Amino acid sequence: MTSEKAQQLLDAAGVDETLHRLASDIMAGGGGEGLLLVGIRRRGVQLAARLASILRDTGGFDVPTGSLDITLYRDDLHQIGPMPIIGMTEIPGDIDGDRVVIVDDVLFTGRTIRAALQELADFGRPRKIELCVLVDRGGRELPIQADYVGLTVDASARDLVEVRVPELDDMSSVTLVSAARES
Amino acid sequence: MNDRRPDSGLGKDLIGLETLSGDTIRAILDTAEPFKEISERAIKKVPVLRGKTIVNLFFEPSTRTRISFEFAEKRLGADTVNVAASGSSVVKGETLVDTARNLEAMRIDMVVIRHGSSGAAQFLADRIPSNVINAGDGQHEHPTQGLLDLLTIRDSFGRIEGLKVCIVGDVVHSRVARSNIFGLQKLGAEVAVCGPKSLIPAAIEDLGVQVFTHVEDAIQWADALNVLRLQLERMNAGFIPSLREYNRVYGVSQARLDRAPVDTVILHPGPMNRGVEIDSDVADGPQSVILPQVTNGVAVRMAVLYLLAGGAPERAEEAKKGEA
Repeated sequence: MTSEKAQQLLDAAGVDETLHRLASDIMAGGGGEGLLLVGIRRRGVQLAARLASILRDTGGFDVPTGSLDITLYRDDLHQIGPMPIIGMTEIPGDIDGDRVVIVDDVLFTGRTIRAALQELADFGRPRKIELCVLVDRGGRELPIQADYVGLTVDASARDLVEVRVPELDDMSSVTLVSAARES
Repeated sequence: MNDRRPDSGLGKDLIGLETLSGDTIRAILDTAEPFKEISERAIKKVPVLRGKTIVNLFFEPSTRTRISFEFAEKRLGADTVNVAASGSSVVKGETLVDTARNLEAMRIDMVVIRHGSSGAAQFLADRIPSNVINAGDGQHEHPTQGLLDLLTIRDSFGRIEGLKVCIVGDVVHSRVARSNIFGLQKLGAEVAVCGPKSLIPAAIEDLGVQVFTHVEDAIQWADALNVLRLQLERMNAGFIPSLREYNRVYGVSQARLDRAPVDTVILHPGPMNRGVEIDSDVADGPQSVILPQVTNGVAVRMAVLYLLAGGAPERAEEAKKGEA
């Protein structure tokens, strides 16, 4: 018999405050020159759009955004049975020489980011690629680290970290669903 | 790899659109959308079929279908081998099954087959564990052509449901016509055919297809025309009196299109006989989507290869939800 325990880590105001901090960290990390925010489908796309709008409102920077669907670059495609439907990848223009910040909701094993790096390389050679995540939950299986982290959570492999964004979930929050121990 | 499913969904093989559900067809078209973008990249290759071997087994001459498949396969990272009937052991009398079994013995993963006999693709699919994709079998089906026509029509109108599409020309000998009729009807379009009686199958109305004998009437009725290639050898076989006569009565000309109530979208599976079934100013005109068809052909074939490689494409929608 198992039960779950859900704990809200950030509410809408908390997510908003965290994104403002991340936006200003990204600015401090290299300015707006040649900056491109690329969100990973699905929820990284909405987070990248919100970061861009914060940068526009607070700093007056018009930062372009793109999106990546990493499905075709997954390292487990040969294991997962039916192939998933793929979303659109949209990278605006030429990324040679740009500073690309990859945006995702949760950093876990690092395998998604590995796939994203491989996919980005097929579009060109950016000057620099950085990683921004709303939540780092640990549990890496590859040598990958984020440059900008909103929230660090010590979650076990069986726990679930859920990020909700208004565009897809009608609310904005970060929740930790702990898999209960045997009672 | 060896799972044998009946050809109800899109199990191991793609043989025709007749046996597919509307949902499966829609899933293929939706999957083709993101694959269009890959062909626009600086590096036109994704590693999905890396290490897979695909044999393109062409018992009939084909240029664009074979090249289109080959681009699709290579852009997905597969290794490909082309076998053409001439110059292979086929001319030495080897049977289809022996050819395929020999290829199997070399550990291949997929076969794309074009063959002059209806049913050849199914015959092969039933006998080898590799995925089999029909690239045209006799007068049966040419499913990837049907799919790329559907995708191009959907691009032009934003939908397929409720559209009126007329297939013009040599319907009786056309596997493209059959795949179009099945696919269009499953996605909710109304389908008609138009051509001389000698080139229209006798019982075509049983498929729920309207028949026009005057191309002017078809143009009045249709949102889109799919103009079929008139096989020149048909004239010698006595199906039509002459090419000039055919053009005068059934040729799609700009003058005829100008009298239509809407800007009819023009498709053609190629290769065209300019001045026979279609006039040059139509083929090269603003209502023509013939080149977008060719572009979409690569994307649709990438989608089919991708989905078949996973083994159960009809479950693609739910598979997305399990993404880590």
